[in-house]
Amino acid sequence: MEPTIFRFILKYSKAQQLWLLAVIVFSYPFLYLSLDMPKLIVNRAIGDPTGPPYEIPLFGVPVFTLQAGQIEFLITLSLIYLLLVFINGILKYYINVYQGQLGERLLRRLRYQLYERILRFPLRQFRKVSQGEIIPMITSEVEPLGGFIGTAFADPLFQGGQLLIILAFILVQDPILGAAAIAFYPLQIYLIPKLQRRVNELGKARVRNVRRLADHIGESISGVAEVHAHDTARLELSRFAERLGMIYWIRYDIYRRKFFIKFLNNFIDKLTPFFFFSIGGWLVIEGGLSFGALVAVLAAYKDLASPWKELLSWYQQKEDVRIKYGQVIEQFDPPGILDTDRLLGEPDGEADGSVDTAIGLQNVSLIDDDGVRKLDGATADIPSGAHVAVVGAGDSGKGDLAVAIAGLQPPTGGSVTLGEREINTLPRAVTGRRIAYVGPAVHIQAGTFADALTYGLKHQPVKDAQYEGAAVKRRQEEVHEAAQAGNTTLDFGADWIDYAAADVAGPDELERRMIDVLRAVDLDEDVYVRGLRGTIDPERRPDVARKVLNARAAVCDRLADPQVSRLVEPFDAARYNTNATVAENVMFGLPLGDALSEENIAENRYMRRILERVGLTGDFLTIGERVAKTMVEIFADLPPGHEFFERFSFISAEDLPEFQAILGRASRGLDALGEGDRNRLIALPFKLIPARHRLDLCDEGLQVRLLEARRAFAADLPDELAGEIAFFDPQRYNPGATIQDNILFGKIDYGQANAAQNVGKLIAEVLSEPELREVVMSAGLRSPTGPGGSRLSPVQRQKIGIARCLLKRPEILLINEAAAGFDARMQNTVVDRVLDESRGRTVVWVLNNAAMASKFSHVLVMEAGRIVEQGSPAELANEEGGAYRALLHDH
Amino acid sequence: MSLQQEVELLRKIPMFANIEPAQLKLLAFTSERLSYASGEVLCRQGDTGDAAFLIIAGEADVTIETEKGPLTVATLGDHDFVGEIAILCDVPRTATVTARSDLKALRIEKDLFFRLIGEFPEIAKEVMRELSRRLAHSNAQLREMAMSLEKGGEK
Repeated sequence: MEPTIFRFILKYSKAQQLWLLAVIVFSYPFLYLSLDMPKLIVNRAIGDPTGPPYEIPLFGVPVFTLQAGQIEFLITLSLIYLLLVFINGILKYYINVYQGQLGERLLRRLRYQLYERILRFPLRQFRKVSQGEIIPMITSEVEPLGGFIGTAFADPLFQGGQLLIILAFILVQDPILGAAAIAFYPLQIYLIPKLQRRVNELGKARVRNVRRLADHIGESISGVAEVHAHDTARLELSRFAERLGMIYWIRYDIYRRKFFIKFLNNFIDKLTPFFFFSIGGWLVIEGGLSFGALVAVLAAYKDLASPWKELLSWYQQKEDVRIKYGQVIEQFDPPGILDTDRLLGEPDGEADGSVDTAIGLQNVSLIDDDGVRKLDGATADIPSGAHVAVVGAGDSGKGDLAVAIAGLQPPTGGSVTLGEREINTLPRAVTGRRIAYVGPAVHIQAGTFADALTYGLKHQPVKDAQYEGAAVKRRQEEVHEAAQAGNTTLDFGADWIDYAAADVAGPDELERRMIDVLRAVDLDEDVYVRGLRGTIDPERRPDVARKVLNARAAVCDRLADPQVSRLVEPFDAARYNTNATVAENVMFGLPLGDALSEENIAENRYMRRILERVGLTGDFLTIGERVAKTMVEIFADLPPGHEFFERFSFISAEDLPEFQAILGRASRGLDALGEGDRNRLIALPFKLIPARHRLDLCDEGLQVRLLEARRAFAADLPDELAGEIAFFDPQRYNPGATIQDNILFGKIDYGQANAAQNVGKLIAEVLSEPELREVVMSAGLRSPTGPGGSRLSPVQRQKIGIARCLLKRPEILLINEAAAGFDARMQNTVVDRVLDESRGRTVVWVLNNAAMASKFSHVLVMEAGRIVEQGSPAELANEEGGAYRALLHDH
Repeated sequence: MSLQQEVELLRKIPMFANIEPAQLKLLAFTSERLSYASGEVLCRQGDTGDAAFLIIAGEADVTIETEKGPLTVATLGDHDFVGEIAILCDVPRTATVTARSDLKALRIEKDLFFRLIGEFPEIAKEVMRELSRRLAHSNAQLREMAMSLEKGGEK
């Protein structure tokens, strides 16, 4: 990367900076004229009528002669003045927008480059840097650079030029006054940076001290019992006072210096007019200077102050940005950073398609940053199509071997080859498409199951997105802008899925294939269960809706069986459903639009009128306060963004502080709360599910009154809400409800053991049609996995990691202890199915359980970074005193 | 039975006795309270353990498979805590737990429990302390057994 911010700016925006400078230079004559015109008006049109004819001079040269009266002359000059002011304003507007755009483009480029560099970091670098450091560097720390980039050259030129023009103007009017106007500039140029530097240092010291203050407060809170037990309150108070004192003195010093600079600037600013008034006035009286000239000089001087101030602040900003840029980019240049070509380059023709998949390991060594030898001369040949198990103790280096074969970690010695090619010379376009690697900790990007499974097929767009109408132009602009900022122009909205690699014709076939690979890793049932919790649109799939209603009838028939009735609490218009939310109970239905959605229901005026009518408003407020109290109590100590918020809390992490404040205000009485606070509290009880949350806030008395509200709600429902709600109706498919709730026409009982599994069995019995299974699976594939796969268990995440490798149909499949968390039975099944799927293609599987190796054609046994035995598992198992045999007997 | 009462029950378990009330409440809130019919199985020997159970009301039999068929080794009652070893390490269930009567239990899921420990290391510390106490206890028992065996040998 460019070592300084100025080099960076010049490299990527030289032409634009030059254009900007040209526009600025172009604007100067207009500026000069707009300064000159008032003098002309005062002196010629008002003060000294010598015409007609009147000459209108620009830059002192007569360009136009006016045959008219004095008034017309005055009006003409005034209009020219107005025009000049307008042109100046427009030019300034153009320059400002252009600067902003330029800055934003370069900032975009810088961020893109930094992010690209993160992707190019060698993997071991991530052990040294913390996310907490890197993220703010790209997001907030470079932000001020954007503001500066546009002004880097323009400001000194624009403001400096303005300054010079105004100065020139004053000098032309009178050299002595001109000299007087700038007499103090050298002093300011010398003094202000010096004073400011000290202020900056003090500012940094203040931040350090405030951090220390925070430390002390934290320490006192965690050790408050000690303070009381040892009667050391005085000591702590005095320590705190001392720290506050330090901050006070620094602050005081800052104020003194800051305001002294201000005083100095202001004083010098006002000192100059003193000379204008005294010397200039004297010159006017003596007749050496026209009165108009003095007025113009005074006006010009007033204009001088602003560019001068801007120049000084540009200087300060430049210093600040220069240091920041340096600090950021030094973090982004680690040794061993990957070439852009290897990350993004396409394979050259010769390598493409013809890479031999025989893996050769020649004397591979790997020494980590702490000097530990992870691999020590590992040598082996793995022919194409072999199924190889790698076994050994946890620290034998077996995992590092897989990482090295995947090309993720270049070995420190020896070589890993694919056919003739060294793996570390091949671009990711080869290794990342023909090899599939899954490690012991799979990361799932936020999205759906289908997104997670197809992640390994998205190397580049295969089919352009279709744009229509205004979107076409928008996309063109988007591409143009991205290119201007040096970003990639690949369309994120395009279809990226490489169907050919998955050996399918299109999306439909891909979906069936996804279901196949899910079955291979034994995840299909889990996805099916999720699918049952998904929704379908009955208008688009009336056939499915009809079949679901048939299934509902079958369930209904079996509700007499206590084994079934205890699992499901049916929707009954006359009864309160303790497994549904309060909102669902009052509406006796589900929201379709936004008006009655979870976020808006509490503020819906009709709903509030109903609550008021049955006298529930006060109850909701009280319950809301208690819910908020409990949530704040149990979730306050979790870090924001913790997945428990999404899964369990009534209140999101961002809203928690606000509710803390509301509770503070509520402690003075609920009646005193403002409308906004009341709405926030009343919204909480709507989310309550008594059977699940067990907060004891929804007793039977309340339930009876909620039923009353239900009746009132349905009776007077206004027309505009009719389309916003789908009532629970035994005869109809409810489009707002999940497939499962539609089948059950009720809710699973939260309090029944194994209810989910038993209901699953029940549904499987009533929903036997295979076609419906596909619909449910498809809904399951569309269900979200949560940020970082947080809605999945670790085992499910690992299964997806393996499944998406299978979907890629790689020539080499590397599985690095990815099934270690499975229990033995499941591991057995998954190994069998994966090997079966990969017949004829290479599989290298690092096993945690050596006994599993008998399923493979080859075994590599590792010890202390070396491959100590290799051969077929049957042979090695019989070798007396062999390492493999020993491993088998350990288990 | 409300969340607050579940918290009180959890607090009676030595492993949780010294944990902050707010964190215990979080543990209870993220757990499920389940009803089991008589004869229903809470966990089965040999399965991977995915949860621990706090029995709120009811009785359960603990049985182990032997060559001569299932052998009941213990009966659990109100406020007993079972299955905690399985949520602390990846070992298969060492016994089967079956509801003997209609039973209510708080099911603490392993995954959630671990995330909680990740957030509040104090919980891990308390758990570690309790486990060490148990280890010391079983060591003492072993020593006693060894000594009585030796004495037996001398005779």
